[in-house]
Parts: sequence; structure tokens; C-alpha cells
Amino acid sequence: MPSASMISDYLWLIPLVPFAGFLINGTVGRKFPRPLISAVALLCTAIPAAIVAWLWIVMKAEGAPEVLRVVSQPWIAITGLQIDFALTVDHLTLIMLGVVTGVGFLIHVYSVGYMAHEEGYWRFFAYLNLFMFFMLVLVLAESFLLLFVGWEGVGLASYLLIGFYFTKDSAANAGKKAFIVNRIGDFGFLLAMFLLVREFGSLDFSHIFQAISVNPGWNGGILTAIALLLVLGAAGKSAQIPLYVWLPDAMEGPTPVSALIHAATMVTAGIYMVARCHVLFDRSPYALGVVAIIGAATAIFAACIGMVQHDIKRVLAYSTVSQLGYMFLACGVGAYTAGIFHLLTHAFFKALLFLSAGSVIHALSGEQDMRKMGGLRKRIPVTFWTMTMGVFAISGIPPLAGFFSKDEILYQAFVSNNPLGKLLWLVGLITAGMTSFYMFRLWFKTFFGPEHFEERTDLHDHGAAVHTHSGSHAVMVVDPEDNHTHGVHESPAIMTVPLAILALLSIIGGWVGVPAAMGGHNEIEHFLDPVFSTGAAVEAASTSHGSELGLAVVSVLVALAGLGIAYLFYYKKPGTAAALAAKMPALYNLVDHKFYIDEIYGALIVSPLLMFSRLFLGGIIDGGIVNGSGAAAGATTRGFSSLVRRVQSGNIRSYAGWLALGAAAVLLVMIFGRSIWMH
Amino acid sequence: MLPQVPIAAYLILAAVLFSTGVAAFLIKRNLITIFMSIELMLNAVNLTFVAFAHMWHQVSGQIFVFFVMVVAAAEAAVGLAIIIAIFRTRETLNVDQIDLMKS
Repeated sequence: MPSASMISDYLWLIPLVPFAGFLINGTVGRKFPRPLISAVALLCTAIPAAIVAWLWIVMKAEGAPEVLRVVSQPWIAITGLQIDFALTVDHLTLIMLGVVTGVGFLIHVYSVGYMAHEEGYWRFFAYLNLFMFFMLVLVLAESFLLLFVGWEGVGLASYLLIGFYFTKDSAANAGKKAFIVNRIGDFGFLLAMFLLVREFGSLDFSHIFQAISVNPGWNGGILTAIALLLVLGAAGKSAQIPLYVWLPDAMEGPTPVSALIHAATMVTAGIYMVARCHVLFDRSPYALGVVAIIGAATAIFAACIGMVQHDIKRVLAYSTVSQLGYMFLACGVGAYTAGIFHLLTHAFFKALLFLSAGSVIHALSGEQDMRKMGGLRKRIPVTFWTMTMGVFAISGIPPLAGFFSKDEILYQAFVSNNPLGKLLWLVGLITAGMTSFYMFRLWFKTFFGPEHFEERTDLHDHGAAVHTHSGSHAVMVVDPEDNHTHGVHESPAIMTVPLAILALLSIIGGWVGVPAAMGGHNEIEHFLDPVFSTGAAVEAASTSHGSELGLAVVSVLVALAGLGIAYLFYYKKPGTAAALAAKMPALYNLVDHKFYIDEIYGALIVSPLLMFSRLFLGGIIDGGIVNGSGAAAGATTRGFSSLVRRVQSGNIRSYAGWLALGAAAVLLVMIFGRSIWMH
Repeated sequence: MLPQVPIAAYLILAAVLFSTGVAAFLIKRNLITIFMSIELMLNAVNLTFVAFAHMWHQVSGQIFVFFVMVVAAAEAAVGLAIIIAIFRTRETLNVDQIDLMKS
């Protein structure tokens, strides 16, 4: 059995190998043939995944330490503050590492098939590896500062990937939006770090959490301030109210990117950070309450919008926002394990759903509008079956993955000592029903009923019907043997195999957390015990197994009700939804326009800012003061130098003349000057 | 015993010679003339040195004169070499036409 110290020698490789992949593909990848690019990218994801698997085996073994630390030389050392370049692995990190490398690897494999016909193949895989690198740094970091490096890095990588089709305006704007909205959250995170340095003189997790845990009476106060600022950061990264607006727009990126951002990386960073800082949050009931309320509100709000979207990827995007709300809700009631559990299962089924949606889009040559789908069940059977697993899993139908994790969250909310616990549970329950409804709506509209799509025979430019506007794909590499250019077709094996694996994970992924009430013994909870035991673990003993089972039955019934309504609306009597919408035009329009949140942001923040920038900053500051002072300085210098320039004639006699004049002046001063000074 | 010539006479003569040298330096265009006017200025200075040395019964002024003459001789050798070099390349000694360093 390899010792822990042996493993720590290889810990650095986990983030560095994807970075190497980024460097190789990013610098010289342009000249590589496509198989070589894919090989580099896949290898650089597979190696960390293998190391993580090895790590997993070692850490599960008897006698292995619960926490593994690797510390390099001091990174930043100034008076009163020292930060090491340190990586740490505990059980929480291990789960995150598994998700990031495992699901990330599957997404890479899928991308090889999905992006096969795209321009900028090398660029895409370089960015994907960069994304992995920063996410792994984020997860492995042992200090807030290194976590922040990863935190910013995934922001950068998401910006690059969302704006991958950068010749298209909407994609470029979506990238910018993601970056700017994240910046607001990062501002909160930075302030929190400043406060931490002021209070603790350190940014190390272990140091700070140690300092808090030895002061049992320390509650609220500055800790609340720090926690709330961290929540702001997490809300930005994990797309919670009020900073969720970037995530739906992030759909402009290629579909595997959406899967990576939504399932394995980036948006889970906020949840991870809150869970990682649970010691801090546990000391601040206010901050926890804020987390819970933000989570619940986001969950139901995003679910509302998700119910009326027509773009298949946008439905999934709002679903992600909503599910992240669930995870926040779990953290907010102190059930961090449940939050991480849901993060885990969500990674499986959301990656599956996105990749399946990508397969559907691929089959329809870039069509994303569900109104133009239908009846695809027979045409793309593999995609249909895998996506079905995802839909059932996210809707909370037992015994699939989503059921156990979602049920755990609802149960924890119900029994929590949060005064709003019951209300949070109710909101969560309604959201669960809505989730089930919109997911089955998607399912029925896409795979059942009459066919609405047109058989296309044009070029294979999925990823966006989009490109046709920009013309960025005027030069398209078309494999002459490729028969994909004709009509609706199933995706190649390189795409369907990852789908099948993810489908399997979506089915069995939840079984690691079967609660005791249902005959399991909640392995994930025990697995994470070393991490969360120091926090205020929610005691499940306060209620009987009976009530837990009762709550589970309720949530299953709600999920089935969602299924039933979706069946009625979109399969049995397809006109019902439209008729209902026509009856309540005001409400429907409100939801259809996403509660006009983007418009409100535009009116309240963006346009005043633009006006201020144009008139004041652009006109007066930039045009008047900056340019004016520059021009004035230039003119003054030129005027003065045109005078002085005359002296420099190059004529030796004029120099001599000046010299003589100067000597005469000195003489005059010496002769007459003295008498002047004397009196 | 010859009547004493007052020191002022020497100084006025030196000043006249020096000013003539300066004026010639400024006015003349021929490089050799300019060179000669420099020698004139040096000699004017030498005259004052000798006059003062005699007046104060000090030998240092006379020593200075020797230094100046040595330097002037060396300068004349180098300067004439330069003048010849310039004339060979530019075929003129008009200083207005050899102002290569003019900005």
C-alpha cells in the first residue's frame, strides 16, 4: 500500500497536468492534426483522474491520514502575513476532485465527437484543459488566496469558452456578462479576504478555522460580515439571486462547455466554498439564514422561468440555477453533507442532460428550439434513453440519483432548527414539483408527439444555428466520408458512450446516500464526517424514521404530479398549455420575459452607468481633462523647444559668440556685481 | 633707466588683441583665419600673464605662459591636421559649409 507521503509527491500533478495540456494545445496546437489535439487534451485529463482514483483508494484505506497537505516554499511573506503555496486533500476535496476529473473527463471525450466539425478545435480543447486546471487549483487550495486564484481562473476560462464563437455578437456579450457579473461577486470575496487578514492575520483555512474553533463564544459580529461577503462571492460564482443572470446567457458557448460549467466546475465552486468555510458559517446564524433564503428563492424563481422557456439549453440552464439554489438551501440549514451530495448527483445528471441535449442539437443540425422538435424518440434511441435517465433523475423519481439527494435536502430543511425551516421545505417541495414538470415538458416536447423538425441537408453546423448569422463557419472542414450531413441521425459512439456512463451514474449515483430510514446507511455522510463533524451537524435523531419516510413519499408524489401535469399538457392534450397561457396573458408574459430582470438591470444599472460613462467620464474627464492636459502639455513643450532649438544651430561661430557673451556677462558680474551686492 | 610703462597699457593692449581675436573668430568664415584668431586670443592672454608676473615679481605667471605656448603648439599641430583632413574630404574651408553636426 503506497504511503500518504508518496501520494503527496504526486499531488502537484493533479492541477499541473491539465495546465501542461493547455500550454501544449494553446501554443502549438494550431498546427496539430485533430486526433493529436484530442489525444493531448484527453491524456491531460485522464492522468489527474487516475491520480485522483489512486488517492481515493489510499485515503479509503486504513491508517491513511484524513487530511493530506503539501506545502511549498512560502508564496507571499510580508510582515504579519505569510501565505504558503499549499494544497490540501480531505474527504470533501476528494469528492470534488472525483467530480471534476471524472465528469470532466467524460465531457472531454464527448467533446471530441461534438466539436469534430468545428473551427478552432485546438483552441477549444486548450480552454477546456485550462478550465480543469483552475478548477482543480480551486478545489485543492489550502488558503483563501489560492482558492481565489482558481476562482478567478475559472471565471477567465468560462469567459473564453462562453465567448468561443467570438465572431457572434451574442456569444461575445454573454462572455462579457459572465465575467462582469462574476466580478461583482469577486469583489465581495476580496473584501472578505481583507477582513480575514485583518482579523486572523492569515488566509490559511486550517489556521483560521482553528482560531475560530478554539473560541467557542465567538459568534456573529465580524464573522457575520465575512460570511455575508463570502455569500456574495458564492452567489456570483454559483449564479444565485441577484447575480444569476449570467448563467442562462452562458448557453451561447458550445454545449459541452455548458455541461462542464453547469455540472462539474465553476458553478459548484460557490457551494464548495460555503461548505469549506462551514466553520465560519456555523458561527453566524444570520449568514446561514441569508444562504438558505437566497437558495430557496433562487430555486423557485429559476424553476418558474424554466417552465416557459423554449430553448432546450435554456431550460437546462434555469434548471441548474434552480438546483444550485437547492444546494445553497442545504448549506443554509447547516446540512452541508446534503448540499455536497446533491452537488455530486447533480454533476452526473446535469452533465448527462446537457450532453444529451447536445446530442439532440447535433442530430437536428443546430436546432435548439423545442417547438421545432418532437417525435425524436425513434430517430435517436440512444440519446432518448440516456436523456430519459437524466430527466427521471433530476425530477426526483426513486430510486434514481436525484431522488436521494433532493429528498435529503428537503428532509434536512424540514427538521432544521431554522425558524423558517418548514417554509423553506415547502418552497423546496413546490420547486421539486416544478422541476419535475419542466423536465418532463422538455422530455415530451422533444421526444414524443408529432415531428416538427425539418430534415436538413445543409452543412453540419450544430453548436449553433447561430453560425449561419456570423458566417464564422464559412470555412468548414467536412470529412468526405461523413454521412452526418444528411438528416436526423444518432450521434457517433464517442458521444454516446459518455452519455451511457453518465446515465449509469445518474441511476446509481444516489445510492451512496441512501438514508437509514430507507435501509441504507448514508455512506456519503459518514464519508464526509471528518470534514463536517466540527460544524453544527444537523442531528437527524430529533425525528423518527417514520416522518422521514413520510416526507419522502410526499416529495415523490409531488414529482409524479409534475410528471402527470406535463403528460397532460404536452402529450395528451398538447394545446392545454397554450390555452392556459392565453387565459393569463399578464402572468405568462411576466414569466416568459424572465420577470424582466434583465430589463430591470438594464434600466437601473447598465444605462445610468452608460450615460455617466459617456457624458461625464467620456466627455469631461476623458475628452476634457485627460486629452486636454495631454494636448496642452504637448503644445507647451513644443512652443518652448522651438525657442530653445534656435540656440542649437550647429554653427561654431554662434556657439563662440554665446560663449563670449557669457564670459563677458561673468566678467561684468564680477566687476560690478560685487558693488551691487555690497549695498 | 627707461621710464616705467604703466601696467594699464599692457592690459589695454591685451584687451584690444583679445577682442580682435574674438571678433575675427565670430566674423571670419575661413577655418585657418579662425584658427589664427584663436592664437591671437591666446597671445593676448599670455601678454597679461607676463605683465602681471613682472608687476608682482612672481615667476608663476611666466610659467603659465610656457604652458599656454606648449598647449598652443600642440593644438596647432592637431588643428592643422584636422583642417587638412577637412579640406581633403569637403574641398572647402568655409565653416558655414562644414556644419555637419547641425540639428
